[in-house]
Amino acid sequence: MESPQLSSLYQQLILEHYRNPRNKAELDEKTVEIHMANPVCGDEIRLQLRIEGDQIADAKFIGSGCSISQAAVSMMTTRLEGASLDEADALAVRFTEMMHGDDSAAKDKSLGDLRALQGVSKFPVRIKCALLGFDALQEALKKEAEDVGGEPN
Amino acid sequence: MTSEDFDPNRIRKDFPALDQTVNGKPLVYLDNAATSQKPRRVLDAIHNYYEQDNANVHRGIHELSRRATVAYEEAREKVAGWINASDPSECVWTRGTTEAINLVSVAWGLDHVGEGDEILISVMEHHSNIVPWQILAARTKAKLRYIEIDDDGRLVLDDLGSLLNERTKVVAISHVSNSLGTINPVKEITEAAHAVGAVVMIDGAQGAVHTKVDVQDLDCDFYAFGGHKMCGPTGIGVLWGRKELLEVMSPFQGGGEMIHIVERDQSSWARVPNKFEAGTPNIVGAVGMGAAVDYLNDIGIERIEAHEREIMTYALQQLGEVPGVKIYGPKSVDEHSAVISFTMGDAHPHDISTILDMEGVAVRAGHHCAQLVMKHFDVSATARASFYLYSTKEDVDRLVAGLDQVAAIFN
Ligand SMILES: Cc1ncc(COP(=O)(O)O)c(C=O)c1O
Repeated sequence: MESPQLSSLYQQLILEHYRNPRNKAELDEKTVEIHMANPVCGDEIRLQLRIEGDQIADAKFIGSGCSISQAAVSMMTTRLEGASLDEADALAVRFTEMMHGDDSAAKDKSLGDLRALQGVSKFPVRIKCALLGFDALQEALKKEAEDVGGEPN
Repeated sequence: MTSEDFDPNRIRKDFPALDQTVNGKPLVYLDNAATSQKPRRVLDAIHNYYEQDNANVHRGIHELSRRATVAYEEAREKVAGWINASDPSECVWTRGTTEAINLVSVAWGLDHVGEGDEILISVMEHHSNIVPWQILAARTKAKLRYIEIDDDGRLVLDDLGSLLNERTKVVAISHVSNSLGTINPVKEITEAAHAVGAVVMIDGAQGAVHTKVDVQDLDCDFYAFGGHKMCGPTGIGVLWGRKELLEVMSPFQGGGEMIHIVERDQSSWARVPNKFEAGTPNIVGAVGMGAAVDYLNDIGIERIEAHEREIMTYALQQLGEVPGVKIYGPKSVDEHSAVISFTMGDAHPHDISTILDMEGVAVRAGHHCAQLVMKHFDVSATARASFYLYSTKEDVDRLVAGLDQVAAIFN
């Protein structure tokens, strides 16, 4: 089996997000917060969203961990602001497909900068790093649906 | 003793797994603190046991059962010898170090620790020497107390006197730290603990691998270690305990093998150590661990120690010169066993490990089951290179060259 190239993993864009993460701050008016950790390696994030109606009005995170996990969550937040809950869910699904080697997902413009993470799919032990932020997002969407659904109307 | 007549390159030939390429490069295996590779002698012992002697132990009158029982009990004598136990029946086979510690925390702990009593452990412990005591403390309403560590990763023992009192029932401490490499003064700690009447349990998962252990000289009460970090198979380990303690302890698990007479409402227990070995044991594991002890004895733990010291001296110096590298743990090899935990600038240990893996160099990245240590040093993870008898200076050089790659990507 041919070994994957490190250069496909450590794209400049990934390192750039790792060094200068976007939306890394406490969100004052958050409506939902999800804490996700990867106990194997210590990657950790707290994803904070302000959801208004069926839209994500703001997305921020606090976290520490490897370049892949932190760049992925940083890139993810840049795609969330203003997105509808359905769009956010679709983004998570599409990104997960890309991580599992789906080439059409890797060409999907809706993923934006996140496409730089395509190379991670060739490093099986790192896929869970890239998915940490999206796991938190999906957890947040699930919680939101339960909270809304649980309200009598 | 010098290591002049010790040739790691000859030793490497005994370990088939070392002879392979990973990602197109010859493998450099530096994750020995997690588990060691196995010499052919151990692999053969396992194979031969199943091919020729396989039967259940202590159960049959037939020839194969006799042979299996002899092999199993001979292995017990070997591991007893490895730690200089005076009596092999003080060695209980377990699934590993973790199970040995749990055995003590349950079978001894539940009967001897009560509300308001104290259990003393340290911040340096592996999770397997923390969590069982937390569970015991919660069940018995006992108090869990900690020996702190200093910034060189050594136990802070100046105020040990104030941590020990007549309510301290047990002190559980690692012989050698898996996350920092610190070699702890367990003999002195044992003496201080005994002075207040506490029982001492030593986690020897790393200690029995890298140092000569003499439980009689240490004078401790329990010593736990496992096979897989010392050339033996996984799934086998040993709890050594003082005979007087083992004899009065309650059983750990119930089942076959551990009973004397079973009646409708009650049963009586087999003698030590069988009392603690319920069910069909890991016979081939014991045989494999016995073969590992034979292998290591033929080389000699003193020579292995001397070799590791030489490698560590070199590694600490070479790694210390890599820009951005920060090494955790004691500075002196006198107190620092064959484990180097480090970080490197902005590069997360996880990324370091991936980059090294692409160079064929296997190190571990993470919290090493020692989250309290990570917390002390305010890091979420470290990279860890750990050495063993087959490690060479070339391995260290390959590690350092791999770190150049890390610098190229992250600087
Ligand atoms: C210091 C220490 N204690 C306990 C353990 C647990 O050993 P095992 O997982 O083999 O039961 C380990 C190994 O990971 C260790 O290094």
